[in-house]
Amino acid sequence: MLLKLAYRNLIGAKLRTVLNVGVLSLTYVLIIWHQGLFSGMYRQATRDVIKDEIAGGQYWHKNYDPYDVLSLDEGHGSVPQELKPLIAKKKALPILIRQANLYSKGRVQSVLIKGIDPGQKILDIPTAKLDSGKDILPVMVGKIMARKNSLKLGDSVTIRWRDAYGTFDAVEGEIVEIMNTNVPTIDNGQIWLPLERLRKMTGLTNQATIIVVGKEVVGEKDLSDWQFRNQDFLLKDVSDVVKSKRTASAIMYLVLLFLIMLAIFDTQVLSIFRRRKEIGTLMALGMTRLKVILLFTIEGTLNGILGIGVAAIYGTPVLIYTANTGIPLPQAMEEYGFALKVRMFPVYSAWLITGTVLIVMLTVTIVSYLPSRRISGLKPTEALKGKIG
Amino acid sequence: MPLVKLEKVFKHFPIGGGNFTALKDINLGFEKGEFSGIIGPSGSGKTTLLNIIGSLDTPSEGSAVVLGEPVEKLTEKQAAKLRSKYMGFIFQTYNLLPVYTVYENVEFPLLILKMSEEEIRKKVLAALEWVHLTDKINSRPSQLSGGECQRVAVARAIVKQPELVLADEPTANLDAENSYHILDTMVNLNKELKTTFIFATHDDKVIRYLKRKVHLVDGKVVKDEVVSSQ
Repeated sequence: MLLKLAYRNLIGAKLRTVLNVGVLSLTYVLIIWHQGLFSGMYRQATRDVIKDEIAGGQYWHKNYDPYDVLSLDEGHGSVPQELKPLIAKKKALPILIRQANLYSKGRVQSVLIKGIDPGQKILDIPTAKLDSGKDILPVMVGKIMARKNSLKLGDSVTIRWRDAYGTFDAVEGEIVEIMNTNVPTIDNGQIWLPLERLRKMTGLTNQATIIVVGKEVVGEKDLSDWQFRNQDFLLKDVSDVVKSKRTASAIMYLVLLFLIMLAIFDTQVLSIFRRRKEIGTLMALGMTRLKVILLFTIEGTLNGILGIGVAAIYGTPVLIYTANTGIPLPQAMEEYGFALKVRMFPVYSAWLITGTVLIVMLTVTIVSYLPSRRISGLKPTEALKGKIG
Repeated sequence: MPLVKLEKVFKHFPIGGGNFTALKDINLGFEKGEFSGIIGPSGSGKTTLLNIIGSLDTPSEGSAVVLGEPVEKLTEKQAAKLRSKYMGFIFQTYNLLPVYTVYENVEFPLLILKMSEEEIRKKVLAALEWVHLTDKINSRPSQLSGGECQRVAVARAIVKQPELVLADEPTANLDAENSYHILDTMVNLNKELKTTFIFATHDDKVIRYLKRKVHLVDGKVVKDEVVSSQ
C-alpha cells in the first residue's frame, strides 16, 4: 500500500521528481563511468606492462636498483647456470643495461642502453628488427623517445658509452625500428641494441642486469647473486600510480554522492514542510506516524530506484559504447607515469555496477529517512493547521 | 450506549508560562444516527472538542469514550485504527491530496483498510455517485471548483460507510448554493446509511439543517437543544 501511495506521490510531484531522478541517474552513470575508467586504466596498464616488460617475472642482479642509475656500474653479473637451460629454450631472456649518451641531430641526451636477444619470444616487442644483418649497429627506440628526439627510421645516431674498464668509446648506429609500445618504462630515455653487440661493446661477456622469465615459468626462487621479482612486485609502481589516481576518483565519487544527498535531503525537508497539512490529513484518515515516516522514506528511496531505471535507459548505451570504442586520450597523458594507450577502454564489472547501485540506494534511503523523522514529533491537530515541529 | 460519551472533559493548552483552558467540564453524549452540531463563535472550543471525539487529541481531564474506546487511553496505533475503521473527516479546506485524482482521493481510506481492488472500485464509484461526481473521477483537485472539492471530501469521508463523520466548518469556503448541495447530500447519507454526523460550525446555513445543536461558549456547553423534525 505504502509503495503504491509513494509511487503516486512521486509521479504527482512531476518536475521535482524529474529533477531528482535526473540528478540520480546522472550520478549512477558518472560514478560507474568514472570508476570503470580507472578499472580499465589499471587492467590495460598491467596487461601491457606484463606483455611488453615483465612477462612472468624478472631476476635482478643483487646490485641492480632501477631507481639508482649509478647502480648500473655494478649491477650486472654472469648469467647463472640454473637459468642457462631456460635461456637456451627461449623461456628466459637476459637483458644487459648500461648508461650511455646519445648524440642525435646536434643534441646529446643521457640514455639507458638495453641489450636484448633479437630472437626472443618472451616480450611482445619487435626485437627481431635488431637482427638487421647490416654492419652498422641497429638501434630500436620507442615512440616517445623517437618523438622527443625527432628520430625517424633510418636516422643515424652516435652512442657514447664506457666499457667494463671505464674507457669511453663511441659508435654510430641506425634507427631500425620505432616500437609502438604503451609502456614508458621501456621507451622513455632508452635505446635497445642486440645483446651480443652490447656485451662486446662493453666487454661484459655473458653478463646481464636482469633476466626476464616467461609467463609459464612459475615458482622461481632467488639464486646466489640474483633475486627473483614476481609480477606483484614489478607491478607495484603501476598499482601505486593507479591508487594515487583513485584518490582523485574517490573525491569525485564523494562529491557526486554529496550532490545526491543534498538533492534528496532538500527535497525531503521541503516536501515535509510543504505537505504538513497533508501529513495531518493522512493521520486523520488513519495512518500512524510510523507509516507516514515510511511513506516519505519510500518516496525518497523510489527516486533512487527510478534513477536506476532512467540511468539504465540512457547510461547502458553510453557505457557500452565507451567500453567498445574507448575514450581518446590527449598526448600529454603519456606523461601520466605508466602504460596508457591512445584510447582508454573503461571496464565496467558487475561488482562495480552492483556496488555503486547499492551505495547510492543506501545513501538515498538514509537521507530520505533523516528529515522524515521530524514527523514522529508531529501532532495530527498541529499538522492539520499547517504547523510543524 | 451512546456512540460518543464525554464526561467532565477539560482541555488545557500551555500558553506562555500558564495554561489556557479550551474546554471546561464538557458532559455530552451522541447517539447513532444523529445529525448534530457543536455551534459557537470562533475560539469557543468547537474544533478542539471535535478533535477529541475524532481521537486526534486527548482530553487533559475527564473521559471521552468514542465507539466504546476511551480516547485518553488509546495508543497512537489504536487511535489511528479507530479513525481508519470507523470515522470519516470533512475539513473546512477540504484537505484533498493534491497530486491524486478524485478517484484516488476517495480510494485512500480503503487502501488503509487493505480492501481488495474490486471492492475498492465498487465502493469508490458508489461514493462518487452519492456526491454526483462520477464524471470527474480522473480530475485532480486543482481542476475542481470549491464545491466539487468539498463533495470529493464528503465522498472520501463516507466511502467506507463509517459509524461517525466529523465535519469541521464544512461550508465555510463555499457559496450558498454549494453549501446547500453539500448539506443535502449529507442529510441524505444520514437518512439512508444511518451515518452519525457531528459538525463544528458557526455557519447559519449548516445550523438550519441540524437536528441537535450543542452551543459552546468559551469552552463550556451553554445550551443543548434538540430540534423537532422540520
